[in-house]
Amino acid sequence: MEYRLVGTAVPRKEAGRKVSGTAEYVDDVRLPEMLHGVTVRSTIPRGHIRKISFDGAIPWHEFVIVDARDIPGKNVVSLIYDDQPYLAAERVNHPQEPILLLAHADKHLLERARQNVHIEYEPLPAVFHLEEALAAETVIWGEDNVFKRYTIEKGEVDAMWSEAAFIVEGEYSTGAQEQLYIEPNGMIATFGAEGVTIRGSMQCPFYVQKALMALFGLPAEKVRVIQQETGGAFGGKEEYPSMLAGHAALLALKSGKPVKMVYDREEDMAATTKRHPSKTRHRTAVTSDGRLLAMEVEFSIDGGAYATLSGVVLSRGTIHSCGPYRCDNVRVRSVAVATNAPPHGAFRGFGAPQSLFALERHMDKIARTVGLEPDEFRARNLLRTGDSTATGQVIKDPIDLVRLQSRALDSIGYHEKRRRFPVENARSRRKKGIGFATFFHGAGFTGSGERFLQSVVTLEARAANRVRVLTSMTEMGQGTNTVLAQIAGEALGLCYEQVEVTNPDTAEVPNSGPTVASRTAMVVGKLVENAAREMKAKLPSHDFAALGPLRVTVQYKEPPGIFWDDALYRGEAYGAFSYATYAAEVTVDTLTGEVEVNDFVALQEVGRVLHPVLATGQIEGGVAQGIGMALYEKVVWRDGVMVNNQMTNYVMPTSADIPNIRVYFEEIPYEHGAMGAKGIGELPMDGPVPAVLNAIENAIGIDFDHAPVLPEDVLAKLAKRRVA
Amino acid sequence: MPKRTVSLVVNGRPQHVETHPMSRLLDVLREDLSLTGTKEGCGEGECGACSVLLNGQLVNSCLVPVGQAEGARICTIEGVGQHGLHPVQAAFISEGGAQCGICTPGMIMATIDLLARYPEPALEQIREGLAGNLCRCTGYMRIFSAVQKAAQAGP
Repeated sequence: MEYRLVGTAVPRKEAGRKVSGTAEYVDDVRLPEMLHGVTVRSTIPRGHIRKISFDGAIPWHEFVIVDARDIPGKNVVSLIYDDQPYLAAERVNHPQEPILLLAHADKHLLERARQNVHIEYEPLPAVFHLEEALAAETVIWGEDNVFKRYTIEKGEVDAMWSEAAFIVEGEYSTGAQEQLYIEPNGMIATFGAEGVTIRGSMQCPFYVQKALMALFGLPAEKVRVIQQETGGAFGGKEEYPSMLAGHAALLALKSGKPVKMVYDREEDMAATTKRHPSKTRHRTAVTSDGRLLAMEVEFSIDGGAYATLSGVVLSRGTIHSCGPYRCDNVRVRSVAVATNAPPHGAFRGFGAPQSLFALERHMDKIARTVGLEPDEFRARNLLRTGDSTATGQVIKDPIDLVRLQSRALDSIGYHEKRRRFPVENARSRRKKGIGFATFFHGAGFTGSGERFLQSVVTLEARAANRVRVLTSMTEMGQGTNTVLAQIAGEALGLCYEQVEVTNPDTAEVPNSGPTVASRTAMVVGKLVENAAREMKAKLPSHDFAALGPLRVTVQYKEPPGIFWDDALYRGEAYGAFSYATYAAEVTVDTLTGEVEVNDFVALQEVGRVLHPVLATGQIEGGVAQGIGMALYEKVVWRDGVMVNNQMTNYVMPTSADIPNIRVYFEEIPYEHGAMGAKGIGELPMDGPVPAVLNAIENAIGIDFDHAPVLPEDVLAKLAKRRVA
Repeated sequence: MPKRTVSLVVNGRPQHVETHPMSRLLDVLREDLSLTGTKEGCGEGECGACSVLLNGQLVNSCLVPVGQAEGARICTIEGVGQHGLHPVQAAFISEGGAQCGICTPGMIMATIDLLARYPEPALEQIREGLAGNLCRCTGYMRIFSAVQKAAQAGP
């Protein structure tokens, strides 16, 4: 099918205001009489609050001070479980837990005041590691520190071990990762007769609305949430904004004035969510000719002190843990546990980067054990059309993953380099290596999630042949405004410029679900497409104005033939998967331990590419975050506290660190996605870490089963090998 | 510390600000002069979101006490493209160099500085030249394209 707008590189809708500095982010907003707010936080991991004193030469009478007793409704951040308070009343369960809120017009005085609140505690024993949490000698959450468990069972795993020519075991782990959006979290709240109004940086305005309705005991129409321009999110502004918006609103209620709360970088890094640390054990039965007989996987993640989204992150990680491979006998057991660290949360990929890292390292290990090249071993096991995934989802796409993988490897000269590098490496302290990963990522909410969301979008025809798209999908850099306008314009036969995308404001837009899970273009975009086609059918001529104002609203309906069993974790886990092979070439300096990525190929099949420049930018950005997770970004913990909570010592890749990232797309249109699109937002996060670590192993012959790999880790392993 | 008057020329206009001399130039621009195009990402000179030109030199405005900028010429993003889009801004739009946009004003100031020093920069010069400005969205590739395109367009 030929398109006019879809597939072209129209200019980003809001690009003009972004390049001119006029885009309005939350910290750029100043309201009359506005106060600033700060949070007084716990300094211990776990214990009882015994005494709070307000010391020093601070004019405390000028301050608005809020504690848990000021909460008019429920003191819980309403999400999945009601376990996390807005403000700790009597007990704290992690360092940085909010206890008090202060507001004042003078930011500098406010900071001095915060430092002069002293809180005495009676400490309780705390838990900081996955293993300790699972051992449950100290119980800090529920009866056994377990937020959630899942089991996937397929075939007869136990019967296969005796038939295996090889049994390969491995254990892999990943550390926490900070989203590091360049704009920290921030919110402004006002309270008046009309209720509470929130303006801020966020992914999910209706999550914030739901949370504040419970906090204040207000109906939906009294809680209005407006998204400001949002300076990056990556999952880090999925659930946390509900907390911060509630805090600003509590101060606004008590003071009767608008209150702005914007975290500085150190507070944002120390107190808000990060990617879940993980541990994965694999035990795999393989035939003598390199076919997967049985896969047994144990996947565990550290959720921090409260449940937040950990169960859902665990779900996605669990379902992705066996990757795009054919295996008739599978058992996956997974668990999310509590520790006394600030809650971990959503971060691009949402559990899949952790479990796919483990899998793609393990696939290289199996190949080595079996004596096959890594690509040949994978090729013998990659899913083909008609095969089924770990949950029994039958692959219907006409996808050829073996060809996809070969094309990516040819693009980077994989086989030639596998032969050449060992020869060159023998003469140099700088060792070159090449590695890759083949993987998939499911788009949209898992299982029955999209059915429960019941997303709604509205299109509104206006004067002068202009159309407005009303959805709750937020623009946070990924291109929502642009692709939704392309889709609507395409289906209506309008120009791109005639379509306006309304800024998310709960008083104005319908609830189209959260802006997460690679669902915007594929799922919500499809609703926009359907609404536009319906509108066009009602308006045979393009003269919308002549027919008066017209609104068309459509709601999500599950595509036919989808079956998901939440109890058994079986069935169609996702509407669609996107598929990819990523390959990395690295140089390891054996003197300094530094690893440099020299070349990177990212080839993926993502359905129809709606906008080539935006799509390429999504992939490149995700690859850069993945390289960060592989080589640079290490959260250093001390008793539940992130101690390197500054950009100076938590290092993300700069322009000097990133190789040329070469992005290639294959497009097999997906019939239930907008104009054939599938999700791409999270996919690029899954491949870089295993690709880079596989390349390091190829360069120096040393296994790294933990990410990130820092120069000191390389030097330590090299030293250990010399001693051995 | 008592306040005093600090005089600056910001985007070609003389400004007199009553402030503490140790106030950060960033806060004076954003709060006293309402020039909110300059962003704060880290407050410690790592991310470059607050980059401005001070007497033609690229600085992190979060690290400059305004007292040290007495009499200086400051150029912020609001001073770029006052008479239509600057070629660097146009290139950031067409090449996809801006995603979330929070690093973009600083990145554009850094690009203008880079192109003043190297009108036809090699890729390595672009990589080094922008290494003080962090972008979490793009992986930098589209930004490199934007810089190259702006260089072709000329000043």
